[in-house]
Amino acid sequence: MTPPRDGARFFTAGIDVLADALIAQGADVHRVEWKPPMLDTERDLAQVMADPRRVPANTEAFRRIASTDAYLIDVLPAGSALGLSRGDLLHAGPPIDWERASGPLRGALMGAAALEGLAARPEDAVSLFASGKGYSLEPTHHYGAVGPMAGVVSSSMWVFVIEDRASGRRTYCTLNEGLGKVLRYGAYSPDVLTRLRWMSDELAPLLQQAVRTHGPIDLRAILAQMLHMGDEGHNRNRAGTLMFLRELLPDLIDSGRPSSEIARAVRFIATNDHFFLNLAMPACKLTLDAARGIAGSTIVVAMARNGTDFGIQIAGTDDEWFTGPAQVPVGLFLGSYGPDDANPDIGDSAITETAGVGGFAMASAPAIVRFVGGQVADALATSRRMYEITVGEHPMYSIPAFDFRGTPTGIDVTKIVRTQILPQITTGMAGKHAGVGQVGAGLVTPPPDVFPKALAALACRVPASARLGRPVSGGNG
Amino acid sequence: MSAESVSVRRGLYADSVTLMQMSRDLGHADGVTAALVAMATDLNLDVLRDLGFSQPETTSANDLVIAVRAHDEKTLVAAIAAAERLFDARQRDQGVEDDRRVPPRTMSAAIRAAGPGVAVISIPGQHAFTEAMDAVESGCDVHLFSDNVTVDQEVVLKEAARQRGLLVMGPDCGTSVIGGIAVGFGHTVEPGPVGIVAASGTGAQQVMCLLDTAGVGISDVLGVGGRDLSEAVGGRSTLTALTRLEADDRTELIMVISKPPSPSVAERLRVFSAGLRKPVEFALLGYDGSDLTAATERVLVRLGAPVPVWPSWIAPTKPVAGAVRGLFCGGTLCEEAILVATPRLGRIRSNIPLPFDGPLGPSLRAPGHVMIDFGDDALTRGRAHPVIDPTLRNQFLKVALTDAATGVVQMDVLLGHSAHPDPVGELVPLIVGAPRPIVVTLVGARRDPQDLGSSAYRLRSAGASVFTSNAEATRYAVSLATADAAR
Repeated sequence: MTPPRDGARFFTAGIDVLADALIAQGADVHRVEWKPPMLDTERDLAQVMADPRRVPANTEAFRRIASTDAYLIDVLPAGSALGLSRGDLLHAGPPIDWERASGPLRGALMGAAALEGLAARPEDAVSLFASGKGYSLEPTHHYGAVGPMAGVVSSSMWVFVIEDRASGRRTYCTLNEGLGKVLRYGAYSPDVLTRLRWMSDELAPLLQQAVRTHGPIDLRAILAQMLHMGDEGHNRNRAGTLMFLRELLPDLIDSGRPSSEIARAVRFIATNDHFFLNLAMPACKLTLDAARGIAGSTIVVAMARNGTDFGIQIAGTDDEWFTGPAQVPVGLFLGSYGPDDANPDIGDSAITETAGVGGFAMASAPAIVRFVGGQVADALATSRRMYEITVGEHPMYSIPAFDFRGTPTGIDVTKIVRTQILPQITTGMAGKHAGVGQVGAGLVTPPPDVFPKALAALACRVPASARLGRPVSGGNG
Repeated sequence: MSAESVSVRRGLYADSVTLMQMSRDLGHADGVTAALVAMATDLNLDVLRDLGFSQPETTSANDLVIAVRAHDEKTLVAAIAAAERLFDARQRDQGVEDDRRVPPRTMSAAIRAAGPGVAVISIPGQHAFTEAMDAVESGCDVHLFSDNVTVDQEVVLKEAARQRGLLVMGPDCGTSVIGGIAVGFGHTVEPGPVGIVAASGTGAQQVMCLLDTAGVGISDVLGVGGRDLSEAVGGRSTLTALTRLEADDRTELIMVISKPPSPSVAERLRVFSAGLRKPVEFALLGYDGSDLTAATERVLVRLGAPVPVWPSWIAPTKPVAGAVRGLFCGGTLCEEAILVATPRLGRIRSNIPLPFDGPLGPSLRAPGHVMIDFGDDALTRGRAHPVIDPTLRNQFLKVALTDAATGVVQMDVLLGHSAHPDPVGELVPLIVGAPRPIVVTLVGARRDPQDLGSSAYRLRSAGASVFTSNAEATRYAVSLATADAAR
């Protein structure tokens, strides 16, 4: 047996006999475990793969996602920051009306209506919403904003303002209310509204003052560090929250506000492990928005759920939503709640996975797998699997367990359709009835059919010069 | 009184062979009457039911089921503990490393991990373009074995490769030899001065085996796919392959094996070849009445190498009145046989399209001379290529031998990598005592795993006449048919 002359390396996909013959000749063979793509997608796949714009477009999309800054620069009332009037309400996920809204979204809208004085009590808002008049309901994403769970934003709530300093583009997110009975999980009891009023009246103005004194805070730097401290930036934000607090603490203390007020704010933030989520999310959105509108790109720039539908947006298809039914997460439940109490997946927080953290960085947060009774190896395998459906590795976010390999970043629709590997999302679970609040936390994936839908739209947009004809049978010239 | 337990462990995985061994070891333990350690696939759940175990709570195929039945509770607990220990040991052994062994699912994932090389793609044709583009975009040459790739896709793929300085070998490319490694159907031959650009897989196999017989080695065989020299594809891969071989220090002479190209592509190819430092010998089947053996002889003459007598082992035969029936695994060998035989035989029906023959219906039967390519797309749908699995071809052999209209059967046997481990062994029982002469083209190199010498010997001993040159085999078959006709 002569050794290979120049050490050729082979990659095989398909029949084993060819790979076996190469191995028998002493070749360096790497087998691809190829499986058929999602059903009836081969023509759209071929068409999109034939688009000469795709590779440069995806390279540019990844470059922008990886290199865009995200600084917290201010805290402002949503009314002025987003241009919302009193009856304007925003919600997470793709567009939806009251009719199709799930329990938690309805509960959050009812709470917000009471908060804004659109109704005397949350319960009274039902008739207002059912009438379809006297309010507007639009996705947060259409306003440059994101919101966890129900994601409801109304004019009197305050928002973090995140800015890409190079372009001046901004994104926004409300302040996190904590866990359990909170508006974003669909709870609207008096204590929920009282907390929201305190946040608008006391917490947010104090944070505004501290942030303005401190100057811009680099959120991506915190995200990068928290991945080395057991967080993944979606369902675990403990280290990120503490780092944020550490950053702002001197300016809070120096604010000149009464010490009791500062103590309330610090206690609130320090005991809310998810406080940083509402900073991670708009930071992720800011980097992803930079990749919007790149013709030919197959990169996902948003994944968002409204509790009924799961929607995705793609860099190469402008602001079009591709939607399918939201799935019910699998996970652990609080107290006596069980799977029957859970609402389908809800919230804009899958923006973290879209940007290369969250479930994609699960290997950085092994504690997360306990939500599903898994093992640490599952967290590692999950992150490793996500490299199969992404185009790059994040230059700033890295995974210690993988020798600081960059997180899998830039979800490629074609790779999902080809491998049938779905993006892994870590998430909270809302009760399915309005007013209940959080019932658990766990893992979820998008409905598979949103990706073939997006692929078909991408195929339609391929310019005439790159269109493939219909397949011909035979084909042996 | 027996005791049993069915438990489910999530997040555990082992391959079926390992689990079958575990089940066997566990089942053989003292006091254990039944045991199954298996992934909870539908199939395994059926096995579990057949063993009389209760069904576990909701499972997915990725869950592991441990089911044990024993004479008593104590034995049961001990057996389950033993199974758990086996898994704990596996987990410890593999630890964090375990998930790294998960094989990549796409070409780009594999290539990203290992660095570029040659992608060998043999998945179903409707998916092949996508995987091949992915490989090209990841910086790999592609050997595209798959057929049923459209011309449009081929052009896009080859253009993408050309822009990156990469080579697409295919689609429907049966053979290449890269750095001494045969990809697809190929042979291990000595390193040598002849570089081959082949739009025809079995044609390249015939040439490299004849060169091997003559003691002349090859540098590389770069397949380009049967349509490369068509007007639409424009010879994109051929030009890249010529450029590669021109730059390759091992190559002294370049041979291009193809069907006649389209006139405009032929002109481009001629101009391009004239600009190369190295001599280019064309073997364009059917272009000038030439055949692969003659082209190989021209190469040997140009290299100053002696032209041998091509080995053959002719069996004593009694010609039988009737038609020539050609049953081929190699498309080019079939085509060459038709081209060589037609001037003497007249009309030959075939399932491969040639300008002057008659088409053959799906029954593949006709009263007169017939030559069938069993490697044709229509005949490989849903089954392996006849070089790998000659079952269908051999069924037709039985039919042809008992057909009163048959005068002589001509066929090919291809040895080499990826081929059937012993195609001659399959044929011999069908040939022995055949009522009609059988002429075989044996395409093989001296170091093929199937053993060229013994393959020739066994065929000849069974009563077949064996040739290493397909053109000579054809002439001999024709001579048997026409000798009989003249008598």
